[in-house]
Amino acid sequence: MSTQPIITARDVTFYYFEEADNRQLLALKGVSLEIERGSFVAVLGHNGSGKSTLAKHFNAILLPTEGTVEVEGIDTREEERIYDIRQRVGMVFQNPDNQLVATIVEEDVAFACENLGVPPDEIRRRVDEALKAVGMYELRDRSPHQLSGGQKQRVAIAGIIAMMPDCIVLDEPTAMLDPRGREEVMRTIRQLQEEFGITIVLITHYMDEAARADRVVVMDDGRIALDGTPKEVFRHVGLLKRIGLDVPQTTDLVHQLVAAGLELPDDILSEQECIDALLSLMEE
Amino acid sequence: MLKDITLGQYFPGNSAIHRMDPRMKIILTLVYIAMLFAVSNPLGLPVAFAVPLAAFLIARIPLGMALKTLKPMIPIVLFTAVLNMFFVDGVVLWQWSFFRITVDGLYFAGMMATRILLLVLGTALLTYTTSPISLTDGIERLLSPLKRIHFPAHELAMMMTIALRFIPTLIEETDKIMSAQKARGADLESGGLIERAKALIPILIPLFVSAFRRAEELALAMECRCYRGGEGRTRMKQLHLGPVDWISAAVMAAGLAAILLINLFVPSVI
Repeated sequence: MSTQPIITARDVTFYYFEEADNRQLLALKGVSLEIERGSFVAVLGHNGSGKSTLAKHFNAILLPTEGTVEVEGIDTREEERIYDIRQRVGMVFQNPDNQLVATIVEEDVAFACENLGVPPDEIRRRVDEALKAVGMYELRDRSPHQLSGGQKQRVAIAGIIAMMPDCIVLDEPTAMLDPRGREEVMRTIRQLQEEFGITIVLITHYMDEAARADRVVVMDDGRIALDGTPKEVFRHVGLLKRIGLDVPQTTDLVHQLVAAGLELPDDILSEQECIDALLSLMEE
Repeated sequence: MLKDITLGQYFPGNSAIHRMDPRMKIILTLVYIAMLFAVSNPLGLPVAFAVPLAAFLIARIPLGMALKTLKPMIPIVLFTAVLNMFFVDGVVLWQWSFFRITVDGLYFAGMMATRILLLVLGTALLTYTTSPISLTDGIERLLSPLKRIHFPAHELAMMMTIALRFIPTLIEETDKIMSAQKARGADLESGGLIERAKALIPILIPLFVSAFRRAEELALAMECRCYRGGEGRTRMKQLHLGPVDWISAAVMAAGLAAILLINLFVPSVI
C-alpha cells in the first residue's frame, strides 16, 4: 500500500469552454503524473501553463475530459465517493480572505469536520491539534479580520488538516502574502510534511519555494516540461527561461559563470553551496 | 475611516447573562415583549421595568450605553405618544378647535411610550450580551424543527454567518476603492445629494464585482471542505441549558404571572 502513489494522473486532457468567444481551450494536453505518498512536490509554471487546472483535478473539483485521475485508487469520476476524495486531498487557495467561512478562528477550523459529521468531542480534539500544528492555538478566539495574511493562511491550512487528509494541495498559497507571511506558510508546510507525513503538492511560481521541495514538476502549455529533483530541474536554465520562468538567483549566477568559462558544478541551489563553490574555486 | 463602524452592539463580557444559552435568551426576549403588551395596569410597569434593569446590572453593562440605544427611539416614542394623546376618546381635559386632550389619551400615551422604551431596552439587552455568532447559532437551532416543513433554517444561519464574516472584509475593500478613486480625482464629498449619489457608482461597481468573485472562490473553498448543506452536519460547540438558564426562565415566568395577576385582581385606574 505504501508504495502505491497517492495521486495518479494518466494522460489527463482537459478542455475549458470559453463562453465569451464560444470555443474550447485546451488547458491540459495529456498529463501523466504520479505523486508519491509523503513527498513534497512543487508544480511550477507561469500563468496559463495549466498548473492550477491540474491541481483542481486532484480533488475532483474538475474532472478530466480524457484520461483518468486516481486518488488512493479511487477514480475521481466516481460521484458517490467525491467526499471521500475531498477528505483525503485537501486544498488551500491563494486568497486567504476568500476561504474562511466562520467569524471565529476555531469555528472556521471546525467547518470541514462539521460537514463530515464528526462527533463534537472529536471535532474539538482535532481542531485543537490542527491549531497547534500551525501555531495558531493562542489566537483561536480571534476573528479572521484581526489576523495578518500569513496567519489567515495558516488558519486555512489548519481547517484542512482537521479533516485529517493524506495530501494537501496548495494553489499559490503565498502569492498574496508579504515576505514574512510567505516564510510562515512555507515553514508550516514543510513541518506538516516532515512531522505528520502529509503529502504536499505546492503550486507556485516562486522559484525559491520550489527549490525547497523534494521534487519539482515544471508545467508549460498544458504539458509537463521538466520533472525531477530541484537540482536536476534548475540545471536546465535555458529551457526554464525560454518558457518564461526564472531560476533561483544562485543558479542563474553559476550558470552565467560557467558560460563565461569558469568550472563550477551545475547543480548549485542554495546560497551556501554557491559560496562554498566560489571559495574553493578562488583557492585553486 | 470606515473601520470604526462597530458591528451590532455586542458588549463583550463574561457575566451569567453573557454565558446563557442563546436559545433561552431569544425565547425570553420574545416572552418579555409579549409581557410588555400584556401590561394593562400601571402597577404592572414596575415589574416590567425591573426585569431588564436587573439583567443590565447582572451583565454589568454601563447604564450610559443602555440610554444611548434609547436616544434614536425618542422621535418614534414622541410621535406615538402624541398620536395617542390626541386621538383617544374620554374625559376631555382641554380642547381647542378639533384638538383635544383627554385623561384616557394621556394615560394611553404614557403607557405606550413606556412600553416602546422598555421594548427597545429588552431587545438591546439581547444584542449587548450575545455575540452575533452565538445569536446566529441560537436562531438556527430554534428554527431547526421547522426543517420538517422545508424551512431553510441551516441555510439562513449559514448566510448570516457568511455575511457577518465578510462585512469587515468588504468595509476594508470599500475603503481601498474609495482611496483609489480619490487618487484618480473622484470627488466624493461635494455637490448635492444626487451628485454625491452618482459619485458612489464608481465605488459600488468595483465593490460588487469583487464581492461576486469572492463569493465564487468561497463556494469553491467550501466545496473543497466537503460542504453539502445542513444534512448530516454536526457542530463542534453544543448548546447546553444550564442552571442560569432555568433560573432566568423561572424569574421571567414569575414576572409574567405577577403582571397577569395584577391585571386580573387590581382594578384598573381608569
